[in-house]
Amino acid sequence: MVDSLRIKDTRSEQQLFASRASFASVIVCVCLAIIVYRYFSLQIVEHSRYTTESEKNRVHVRAISPKRGLIKDRNGVLLAENRPSFTLGLVKERTRNLQETLETIDSLLGIPEDDLQRFREELRFARPFKAVPLKFNLSEKERAVLAVNKHKLHGAEIVAELARYYPEGPLYAHVVGYTGRINQREQQAIDKDRYDGTHHIGKVGLEKQYEDILLGEVGYENVEVNAFGRVIRELERIDPKPGQNLELYLDSRVHRAAYEALGENRGAIVAIEVRTGGVVAMASTPSFDANKFVAGVSTKQYSAWRDSPDLPLYNRSIQGQYPPGSTLKPIFALAGLHYGVVDTAHTVRDRGWYRLPNDSRFYRDWKKNGHGTWVDLHQAVVESCDIYFYDLAFNLGIDRLHDFTAQFGLGQRTGLDIPSERKGILPSTQWKRAARGQPWFPGETLSAGIGQGYMLATPLQLANATATLARRGKSMQPRLVRNIADERAVVTNHLENSEADWNAVLAAMEDVVHGNRGTARSISRGLDYRIAGKTGTAQVVGIAQGEEYDAEALAERLRDHKLFIGFAPAEKPLIAVAAVVENGGTTGKVVGAPLVRKVIDAYLESPQQGGEALAESSLQ
Amino acid sequence: MSSGDFVRSLPGASAGFEPRVSQLQRFHIDPFLMFSLLAVCGFGLAVLYSASGQQFGTVLRQGVFMVAGLFAMVVVAQLDIRFVRRWAALLYLLGIGLLVAVIFYGVGAKGATRWLDLPGLPRFQPSEIMKLALPLTVATYLSGRTMPPSFFQVMVCVVLIGIPTLLIGAQPDLGTSILVAVSGLFVLYFAGLSWYYVAAVLVAVGVSSPLLWSYVLHDYQKQRILTLLDPEADKLGAGWNIIQSKTAIGSGGWQGKGWMNGTQSQLDFLPESHTDFIIAVLAEELGLFGVLVLISLYLLIIGRGLLIGLRAQDEFSRLIAGSITLTFFVYAFVNMGMVSGLLPVVGVPLPFISQGGTSLITLLAGFGLLMAVSTEAKRITR
Repeated sequence: MVDSLRIKDTRSEQQLFASRASFASVIVCVCLAIIVYRYFSLQIVEHSRYTTESEKNRVHVRAISPKRGLIKDRNGVLLAENRPSFTLGLVKERTRNLQETLETIDSLLGIPEDDLQRFREELRFARPFKAVPLKFNLSEKERAVLAVNKHKLHGAEIVAELARYYPEGPLYAHVVGYTGRINQREQQAIDKDRYDGTHHIGKVGLEKQYEDILLGEVGYENVEVNAFGRVIRELERIDPKPGQNLELYLDSRVHRAAYEALGENRGAIVAIEVRTGGVVAMASTPSFDANKFVAGVSTKQYSAWRDSPDLPLYNRSIQGQYPPGSTLKPIFALAGLHYGVVDTAHTVRDRGWYRLPNDSRFYRDWKKNGHGTWVDLHQAVVESCDIYFYDLAFNLGIDRLHDFTAQFGLGQRTGLDIPSERKGILPSTQWKRAARGQPWFPGETLSAGIGQGYMLATPLQLANATATLARRGKSMQPRLVRNIADERAVVTNHLENSEADWNAVLAAMEDVVHGNRGTARSISRGLDYRIAGKTGTAQVVGIAQGEEYDAEALAERLRDHKLFIGFAPAEKPLIAVAAVVENGGTTGKVVGAPLVRKVIDAYLESPQQGGEALAESSLQ
Repeated sequence: MSSGDFVRSLPGASAGFEPRVSQLQRFHIDPFLMFSLLAVCGFGLAVLYSASGQQFGTVLRQGVFMVAGLFAMVVVAQLDIRFVRRWAALLYLLGIGLLVAVIFYGVGAKGATRWLDLPGLPRFQPSEIMKLALPLTVATYLSGRTMPPSFFQVMVCVVLIGIPTLLIGAQPDLGTSILVAVSGLFVLYFAGLSWYYVAAVLVAVGVSSPLLWSYVLHDYQKQRILTLLDPEADKLGAGWNIIQSKTAIGSGGWQGKGWMNGTQSQLDFLPESHTDFIIAVLAEELGLFGVLVLISLYLLIIGRGLLIGLRAQDEFSRLIAGSITLTFFVYAFVNMGMVSGLLPVVGVPLPFISQGGTSLITLLAGFGLLMAVSTEAKRITR
């Protein structure tokens, strides 16, 4: 037996194991110490760094877009508001069969190709749990159809968000303008923080001009998100501040009267409150439905508007530049009186034509045989005698004519609080040298003397000049918005003409409407207040003589533009109006004046504004 | 054969060791080890409940596995250690057979074929069998011979260890193959493998690592090592796991964010949060304090395991006790090291805490063997 030997072996084996085990224990302890040190350094030494990392993971800041300020007329009628707009979206991860769902929706509502293409584009980059918009602006009926078929539409979701809504569609489209989705160019220009969460921006009109004020301040919420970006809960919230509302001088009744008076015509009417310079009406026709731009106008619709010869997108009140024609004659008459070139007794021989010394060319009156042999200032204004004003302009000279007329705001932007205003042309020798590089020809002074030739003005400029006439030479800054800037009306310029000059010219303007021979006498019938005004006709230029054209299609567009400026009541003016009707008719036909009367009627009937003021004025 | 054949007297072995007869000892259960294991299991269930996103089902499933594992442990504890020794080689051969079967009939997931789906049996990983069969077999082979092992014996052991290691490594399952190899090597170590061999192996590994890099490691394994060295290089890809787990651990601080309040884990930033990376959940929610509690529990188990080995009466028992204990330590060390960015990410679960049924059962069965050894020692000395 080797038993004894084995016992000895066992003991040494045990000792061997004991030594190995103790060595192993040391190793174990060292290793665990390393682990403990590692966790200690991560959890204690670098704790703050990893806490930051973990918070960065967890907390996302989400912007909450503010409510855009409302736009109201002077009586609080809403011109632009925010309405919940319903969008149909699809959540990718919840659809069972995307193609099938799309087909079902198409059969129920019909999905335009434009929308479908954009949807597929967006879907590719969208997170699977986020709704990708498929169809905007769902009607109540469409929403009902979707609700009934809900069981068939897995992953379909109707999302409500506030979108701009213009209750009157085309009526205020040019003044108020519209908002639209922020495009790439705007994206680069805007302050991205302010527009966080906002998808729309003012594109034209007041919406653009007062973008900063209407926008409001973005709010934020800190939300906890998981690794996939899904929001788990809200941690903290800073409410957005809604944008400030705009209150306008615009009176919806007067504006509507202007818009409706223009009817099917192409043209513009601008009405300015004499006392304040506030724009009471500013209509331009044809117009367009501003709501179409909010959800994103279809390419087809947009090009139809853009390419229409009627130019519906164009705001004629501030962008349309027309030869002012005879509407400026009262101002020129004042210029003549101011510089002493004429006086009220001064007469000019009218034979139906005028000739410059040493010039064989005949400058004709609009009336073939003239207005009688000798014409004075009163008659010249009332009957719009061209010969008298050829003579006046010639004697005055273009530069004096320019300097005086400039004080009525012509040839420069009025500074109305709306973008894209054009400044027209008030020619002078200096202007011609700068713009055309040519000297002034005396004949051109005659054209300027009857508001033709180079002379161009916007309907807004004409209304503004009319208001200045109504104020007997006091200029005021025309304004659309009442509640943002200083409300007090400021007289920016005061002409130095004598009372007698004013009385003479304004009396003549009154007789344009109320006199027996006034060019606008037809509108005086049934008028229970007095209007002082002036008609005007502008020749349409731009088609070269002898050029061939489709007579039928273009004949209408070659007709003269008809203009009228006027203010009322003549004795204590409250409102000044200018109207332009493009291609408004043949010579002699009264077109602009009746429109202006409708607008003045509306203003004076308006109980809060004109009505009270009228009653007040008649009491005095 | 009488029981006297196996009774070996060991003078002085009973000195300072008062045998206590308790209900637990009647069932061959080591009370100290049992307590530590139950504590760590309970701790594990609590952490898993939070890590799984408060899914009671997951915890229940894990609980059922734990009960099954504890049952297996108690059953194994009843085994006569000689019986175990007799059947170890057969278990080894069965394990090799099944590993070969995996190559042909295995079922895979995520590009690795590790599972075997035999009719009439639940799906299982044959590599789990090897975790016990290999150390038992090596111990069986060595314990019949004089210690320390001769060169020839070492070579035999290397072959015994090499076959399953390569088979498992080829699945590929680097984590398990390392653990299996380590469990066999620990037997050799405790058998008194010359320090020269230990040193030689270490040097050989060092020298051959460039070769291993070029020829043995898969691309994804190389990637894991590169990621360890610089996790920021691929923040959203391979580096994601380690960045997120370090963030979770680091943000836990001393006290942690509170149980079930860890943001990294509850908001899904932490990948594999209920399996391999569960220590990050623990560290985030219970802080360094929780980590130290876990390490202490592990230390108790390791200490008790080595103590059982020291008290064991025969070489076989000593070898398996030492090997099982140290292998358990390696599990814990590798997992805690890889999650905290000290070691490359190899698929090693955190013992008793990570979700996973089969590995839990194997682990507890291993501790059953420890208990069998412990009770054997007491029985003999009594």
